[in-house]
Amino acid sequence: MTQQVKVQEFGLSITRQAVLEMQRRNRRENLGRAWYKFSRNPLSIVGAATVSIVTLLAIFAPLVAPYPEHVKPFTDFANASLPPSLAHLFGTDEIGRDILSRVIFGFREALGMGVVVLALVVPVGVLMGLVAGYFHGTWIDTVIMRLTDIFLAVPPLVLALAIASVLEPNLFNSMMAVSLMWWPWYARLVYGLTSALRNEFFVASAQTSGAGTRHILFRELLPNMISPIFTKMSLDMGWVIIIGSMLSYVGLGVQPPKPGLGTMVASGAKFLPDLWWISVFPGLAIVVVVLGFNLLGDGLRDLFAAEEV
Amino acid sequence: MNNGILRVEGLKKHFLIGHRGVVKREPVTVKAVDGVFFSVQKGETFGLVGESGSGKSTIAYIAVGMYQPSEGTIYFRDRDLFADGLKRSRELRKELQIVFQDPGSSLNPRRTVRQILELPLSIHRPEEDPLQEAMRLLEMVELPIEYLHKYPQMLSGGEKQMVAVARALATNPSLIILDEPTSALDVSVQGKIINLLIRLQRELNLTYLFITHDLSLMRNVATRVAIMYLGKVCEVAEASEFFQNPQHPYTQMLLSSIPVVSDEEDAIKSKKIVSTGEIPSPVNVPSGCSFHTRCPHVMDVCRRIDPVMVETSRGHIARCHLFEQPPERK
Amino acid sequence: MAASAPLLDILDLAVHFRVYGGVLKVLDGVNFRVNTGEKVGLVGETGCGKTTTMKAILRILPVPPAVIPHGEIRFKGEDILKMKPDRLRKVRGRGISMIFQDPTAALNPVFTVGQQMEPVIQHTSPEGRRLSRRQVHDRAITPLQEVGLPDAERLLRSYPIQLSGGMRQRVCIGMALSTNPELLIADEPGTSLDVTIQDQVLRLLHDLVQKKQTSVILITHTLGVVREMTDRVYVMYAGNMVELAATHKLFSNPLHPYSQGLMKAVPRLTGGGVAEGIPGRIPTYQSPPTGCRFHPRCPHVMEICRELKPPFFKVDADHEVACFLYEGHGSARTAEAGAQ
Repeated sequence: MTQQVKVQEFGLSITRQAVLEMQRRNRRENLGRAWYKFSRNPLSIVGAATVSIVTLLAIFAPLVAPYPEHVKPFTDFANASLPPSLAHLFGTDEIGRDILSRVIFGFREALGMGVVVLALVVPVGVLMGLVAGYFHGTWIDTVIMRLTDIFLAVPPLVLALAIASVLEPNLFNSMMAVSLMWWPWYARLVYGLTSALRNEFFVASAQTSGAGTRHILFRELLPNMISPIFTKMSLDMGWVIIIGSMLSYVGLGVQPPKPGLGTMVASGAKFLPDLWWISVFPGLAIVVVVLGFNLLGDGLRDLFAAEEV
Repeated sequence: MNNGILRVEGLKKHFLIGHRGVVKREPVTVKAVDGVFFSVQKGETFGLVGESGSGKSTIAYIAVGMYQPSEGTIYFRDRDLFADGLKRSRELRKELQIVFQDPGSSLNPRRTVRQILELPLSIHRPEEDPLQEAMRLLEMVELPIEYLHKYPQMLSGGEKQMVAVARALATNPSLIILDEPTSALDVSVQGKIINLLIRLQRELNLTYLFITHDLSLMRNVATRVAIMYLGKVCEVAEASEFFQNPQHPYTQMLLSSIPVVSDEEDAIKSKKIVSTGEIPSPVNVPSGCSFHTRCPHVMDVCRRIDPVMVETSRGHIARCHLFEQPPERK
Repeated sequence: MAASAPLLDILDLAVHFRVYGGVLKVLDGVNFRVNTGEKVGLVGETGCGKTTTMKAILRILPVPPAVIPHGEIRFKGEDILKMKPDRLRKVRGRGISMIFQDPTAALNPVFTVGQQMEPVIQHTSPEGRRLSRRQVHDRAITPLQEVGLPDAERLLRSYPIQLSGGMRQRVCIGMALSTNPELLIADEPGTSLDVTIQDQVLRLLHDLVQKKQTSVILITHTLGVVREMTDRVYVMYAGNMVELAATHKLFSNPLHPYSQGLMKAVPRLTGGGVAEGIPGRIPTYQSPPTGCRFHPRCPHVMEICRELKPPFFKVDADHEVACFLYEGHGSARTAEAGAQ
């Protein structure tokens, strides 16, 4: 049953081209607004800058590090245990390796671990949370959330140690251990958000229009959770790096002679306080990276915050 | 024999919200809708009036399939909407649309106007060009095409509501339920939207179920009016008759409570029943006639027995013991 | 109009907000006066600045984004904007009290009514913190009884969620009036309530205010409420006062085109269809229209309206309007600006 509608001709002046141009203009304006909100707090910019610099260092490590060969098996006892100097800005360790270069390469391991863990954990956790939250109150909810509870109940380091005792202690296995205990946090977060949001009228509108579950979960609900999820991801990078460092410190992560920030802190610990630079600089590097991500996380939260009229 | 395009038959919706007591565990229910009958004729604007707890919005939500009735059902063009529980054919969904009360929450803040409009289009009219249709819809509700790529927060309250109306029109429906469409808006914006809705009704042959608590507005948009209290209908009449000759004491109380702006309107209000008492909670509906706790004409029978609908004059029905045949009293 | 000094006198108040992309010049030189014993209405639609004005009075505007470039708010002669914090604290609650639109939001859900009234009573009674728990409790009963709430004892032990909307609003009114303030600011006191309950609450407010001789500022966007509850009305649009009149005069003869548009837009119980309302939208405060802020929407706009902001013209003893259509009448600006 077609309906006749009297509509003014809007003429050839409104063309697809014009519409696309409008879209582009709106996007630009939204970006400008986003930057404004983000940059209100100068610390957010500090965080963003720090993270960017560390990322670039990690990517271009072989080019940037002054002594890239020091990350491979290498000894130079003639130049061992030198304090910071112009030639070696962070000094050298007990077998003569340049600490600055090793720290730069250590960023690779730290960031890499963070990226890999989050790449595994976020999709899984978010999906579980979405499904459980949307079907709140049904058996799906119960099964998923109890599973989440089980994983949350296990102390993370104990889990890591258990895995290490079974498998070979290396970075990869540590990442798996960390991932296994990390996804439930995202599931919980998204579960709470979804359970609340699913009662909003725009969801009801989509449902009564006949939209499918997949559309509702990913197109209606998920975009409204970007803010808390991204903020958490940013803060989590810091946490994963710390935990990775902790695992390395107790010997479960990066194995020597590979450079890992936590490993370096551990192996340098026995030389404190005389050869302080061997532990302190890698430790500071961890602090800087984590702090950078935390400040970035704050900025992201401001960025996504709802605008007040 | 005209059955009406929308027919509500014995509709009840009780929500179980918990249990009272540790040993006996009596269920506590909210009787949101407790036995409602009315029918809407094609092409008319049927008004549903009531305060909180009346159940008017719940009826709307049931009609579009958000809830399943506890008892009774709703017929659309003589087809039982709940024949298959909450599952509804695409065809039926297309015909019955709703505009929600709060434009702030009925539009997804993370979707652009274009995306919001294209959703129903993609589901129900996939053969048409979505962009073209979205533009046409904006044109119909007199919004500029530039709004396509804006997010709802950038629009004013009235404009948001117009987008909601455009979305409802996207499926070419026959009946639109308007749940307090202008309650969240200023009076200077209200007029534009209401007149637009009236014009669209004429042009597109729409039927409206118009829900509001604003009686002055209702006076000017509805063809017939039904008033509800605590889940039941109290009175139904043709619009001018309803306002000039209100029969039910609750209707009279409501009419005398509204603030008006002119002396002529004061005159209409002057059949005064001054409002007293609280609106009971729908968890604890009073016995007998649920209005008896506040009614100035309360009689003994009102506390015990729920009155039935009586026709007080042609096309005018009211549910009150005052209008029942004599033998009941004393 | 009372010949004595006004209770509250707002003079040429401007309030701006700093946001993305610039400054919102919300209040643009607002003049507002309340005399002792008066009930003054402030009518305007969403975004006109009425809530901003009221928040400015009690200095509860969020001051980083808000900036007050000029203006005075004189309460009994003293400028509130210049008050020191402890003087301000004395004025709030004892001199000026406020009721907000949504009683559910105004009451803290995790405290009982009694617990919430306690600090108010302590703060506003002369003995202050030296009152015992028992004394505070007793002093809380009276206001609750005054607002017609039965069983005050049980109410004090109840949480807000256990009360209905109407009861919550009564509690707020009780709390606000318990201190016998000289001025009560009521911001949309009935809007979030059902109509039959709103009627009761407004009647209660009317009676109480009469009994205690409190002056009232009633802020609302509902014209009918203003008509029933006030002696004098200000009409506000886009950060400016545009008309000021004795209530009955505003309703029988609205002068400003905006007021006229508003009156026409209200649907009538007598029928007659719904008027079209006022075309256009309220201006953005970032780049408000030059001259009279209403001119883009005004059916009677003239050249001068685009260039100059109209002053108030005194059309009658108690009827003034800021519109060049009435230029023939003398300028009333001096009278309003408090040059007494």
